[in-house]
Amino acid sequence: MSQHSGTTSPHTEDTRAVDGSAVADDSRGTSRRHFLGYVLGGTTLMAAADLGLFASPAEATIPTIPSIPELYDLNDLLTHAAMPTANLIAISVNEDGTASFALPRAEVGQGITTSTAMIIAEELELPLDKVRITLAPARPELLFNQLTGGSNTTISTYTPIRVAAAIAKLELLKAAAILLGDTIGNLVAKGGVIEAPDGSSVTYGELARKAASPTTKKVEVDLKSSAGFGIVGTPQNRIDAIDAVTGTKTYTTDLQVPDALPTMICRAPTLNGIPLAIENKAEVLALAGVTDVALIDTGVAVRAETFGQAIDGVRALKVRWQDGPVAGESDASVLTRLKKAELPMPALPKNPLAKTVSADFTFWFRSNSAMDTNSAVADVRNGKATVWAGLKSPIIAKQAIAKELGLGEADVEVNVVQSGGSFGRRLFHDAALEAAKASKAIGKPVKLMWHRADDARVGRAHPMATSRVRASLLGNEVLAFHQSHTSVETDFRHGLGEIVTAMAADLPAGLGNLGFAETIFTLTQEVPYNFGVVLQTLAETDGRFNTGSMRNIYSPDVRCANELMVDLLAKEAKLDPYTFRRKMLRIKAVRGVLDKVAEVGEWGKAMPAGTAQGIAIHKEYKGVSACLVEIDCRPETVNRKVRDAVTGPRVTKVTYAVDVGLPINPRGLEAQMQGGINDGIALALTSSLHLREGHFMEGSWDNYFYTRQWNTPPEVNVIVMPPSSDQPGGAGEAGVAASFAAVACAYARATGTVPTEFPINHGEISFEEKPRVPPVPQSPTDGLDHTY
Amino acid sequence: MPEQSFVLNGEKVTVDVADDVRVLWVLRDLLGVTGPKYGCGINVCKACTSHINGKAFNPCSVPVGEVGDDDEITTIEGLPDTAPEDQRGPHGLHPMQEAWLERDVAQCGYCQPGQIMAAVAVVRRARDEGRQVTDADLDGIRNICRCGTYTRIREAIRAGEQSM
Ligand code: FES
Ligand code: FES
Repeated sequence: MSQHSGTTSPHTEDTRAVDGSAVADDSRGTSRRHFLGYVLGGTTLMAAADLGLFASPAEATIPTIPSIPELYDLNDLLTHAAMPTANLIAISVNEDGTASFALPRAEVGQGITTSTAMIIAEELELPLDKVRITLAPARPELLFNQLTGGSNTTISTYTPIRVAAAIAKLELLKAAAILLGDTIGNLVAKGGVIEAPDGSSVTYGELARKAASPTTKKVEVDLKSSAGFGIVGTPQNRIDAIDAVTGTKTYTTDLQVPDALPTMICRAPTLNGIPLAIENKAEVLALAGVTDVALIDTGVAVRAETFGQAIDGVRALKVRWQDGPVAGESDASVLTRLKKAELPMPALPKNPLAKTVSADFTFWFRSNSAMDTNSAVADVRNGKATVWAGLKSPIIAKQAIAKELGLGEADVEVNVVQSGGSFGRRLFHDAALEAAKASKAIGKPVKLMWHRADDARVGRAHPMATSRVRASLLGNEVLAFHQSHTSVETDFRHGLGEIVTAMAADLPAGLGNLGFAETIFTLTQEVPYNFGVVLQTLAETDGRFNTGSMRNIYSPDVRCANELMVDLLAKEAKLDPYTFRRKMLRIKAVRGVLDKVAEVGEWGKAMPAGTAQGIAIHKEYKGVSACLVEIDCRPETVNRKVRDAVTGPRVTKVTYAVDVGLPINPRGLEAQMQGGINDGIALALTSSLHLREGHFMEGSWDNYFYTRQWNTPPEVNVIVMPPSSDQPGGAGEAGVAASFAAVACAYARATGTVPTEFPINHGEISFEEKPRVPPVPQSPTDGLDHTY
Repeated sequence: MPEQSFVLNGEKVTVDVADDVRVLWVLRDLLGVTGPKYGCGINVCKACTSHINGKAFNPCSVPVGEVGDDDEITTIEGLPDTAPEDQRGPHGLHPMQEAWLERDVAQCGYCQPGQIMAAVAVVRRARDEGRQVTDADLDGIRNICRCGTYTRIREAIRAGEQSM
């Protein structure tokens, strides 16, 4: 269990900037612009920087006021974890005038290839379309520095990438000075061309070889001042947009690897059940198109000419299974267990005049399934393995695959492919490891794809959790605010856990001896209000499920519980939710976004009965956000009918404001917030998994109710706040927590009932469960009856 | 093995495969046409949405044996060619694809070929009924986008409708 407490006297105004550093004192050194980097020996120019570079020194003290994440948060940990590894990332300038860079992170839709290209284009003075970004394969020498998570990519790579680009530009200028017979100071680099005052010029392409260095050398460089930015901070379209709309963007299952035939797995009827024997192998092998059938530890692999024939094979298999670890259990039994693990809440301060306000919430299991199901291509033959997959933690994947196959790491090549979404799922290498096992067992290359039913039922889920909140209120002052979060264990064995373990000794005092779940909880959760004695704790239990984060680990649930409590306190204090938040917030940047949504979203306007507004805030990823929603809970809306769907209350309008410090690409940020809003709506209203008889029931998108067009708000307005810092914050997850909380608050206000479980519809099963044996449904044959 | 023939993106194709194999696998696994995506295989997610004789359909739910020699299947790869030359946009694409670019709709992009093919069919259907696309039409689109790009999809369909 972890605890951090801080006493804040009511009404202290904290003028901290978004990142927690005092406004006046530039203690994080964010204005530092002089750095050291390298020119690498080679025949064309290659400039490099240490990926561990960061523009600020590590914070080393833990304050009691304010809470820990304000001065040292998960992003600091992820960023600082890189520092001792001292490994280089390099930008090459090519003879065709382009620059190329292999990003040691995974693009899963969050837009980091675009923002990275923008950062390079800016510093290198090159048009955006001349920058080529690829995804680096697993580079074990980067140790911890190849993990895409915690919305940390831009935060941790911004400075090193700029340094490498600045060195490349400097070397080009040096070479141009010789060629054009002038001094560097007189030359101007712009748009990939260097020009002298006399009008003579030379292109980067022409300089690529001339600027090359035969040996590696150290170079000092000054970064461009943000005042001169022309690309960073401007809205840009995604660099992969044309590929996406023409169907040429390549995901793992689109790869054409010779002989890597479609492969699917037949899985157990209970979660994580184990196959004991195949009873009809010959029969299945005789099916049209089926080439191989092999038992592996997670099920039975069927390889075929087409995925359709692999599905036929999976459906025809008769397998003897050993029940999985949760056989016979249901949501209710897991919740009972979870409640037993809840720790006693600490006593609130004794004050006979104070009123205690309590609320308990349950958050059910949710699936982080992406559109692109778990997949991987693997070729394991002759003592070597080559794997392709969408991997946010490829080094760990490579190590695990090597270990499983009994190969040396040097004999395992792991390539990172763009994926169709992640939401936490691709931090794990489940499919890559399984594909490697299948390929080894079969002795041929495989293209493994999980069926949607597998992805929903067996794929990772956000753990079930309870959150208990207690607050003590005297008049309209909050004396204390306690929150105890209890969760089914979150699996961090994908690298983040390893980072925390390795960093333990370097963490601020008192944190080093916590388990990593507690460490992460402590580094991410905070209450940005003046609520007296603030205490937030985490307890985790029950490691039998396949879990992971889902567009954040704890924050959406914790924040939702938190903000519902804030509304309850506001009611007790007889203040409106906006006024109360405004009065209690102790962080100026949060108040900025709160005021923004209240103004633009017209907080407090008259709303018909059965409809209401809800407002909430969030602070994380070195950024702050606020959300104002309008919800319609009138019967005619709630009861509207859509075939095989959940309708229910409709969020009709959303106003969202986000301040991420320095927004690199405001258009990409807007997109991320819009996505986060739809996630928040799903978490509040419609999407959860139901465990029955030891397995999850959901096997399709018409069972698991992620937000659909009939649920999405017809009106969405995202406001990207102007830069408030010269360092970027995270974007990938920043849209979810405030949206979830605002929808929950709006629902409570519209219906007069504060929901106690999420999503609110979890109690009804709104679909007919698909069979568990066979584990995947057959494709229909009536498609031509449904053309339009 | 039976020979299956149909017209794919304007060209006649013939494949040796059993009648019951769904068109999605014929396209993706045998012909290497990977624009239509797999998202469920049971006509729910709509990631595979393509056109047959100008109408939206889901190839994961149609056995290839049901497709006739003269049936014309259009996948996202063939969509630009279905637009008259003067309607194609600055990237030489179908106006709906151009609208998608203009609004920067795609996030991970996985669902987007299906979204665009559905959008074109929704506009055509409204047109055949002599009307404009309505909010109810947009609410009725079943294609899932797990990245939650719905807001921009709605905007792009309205824009694409204008230039189609
Ligand atoms: S794959 Fe065809 S509808 Fe989902
Ligand atoms: S863009 Fe990722 S699923 Fe739609």
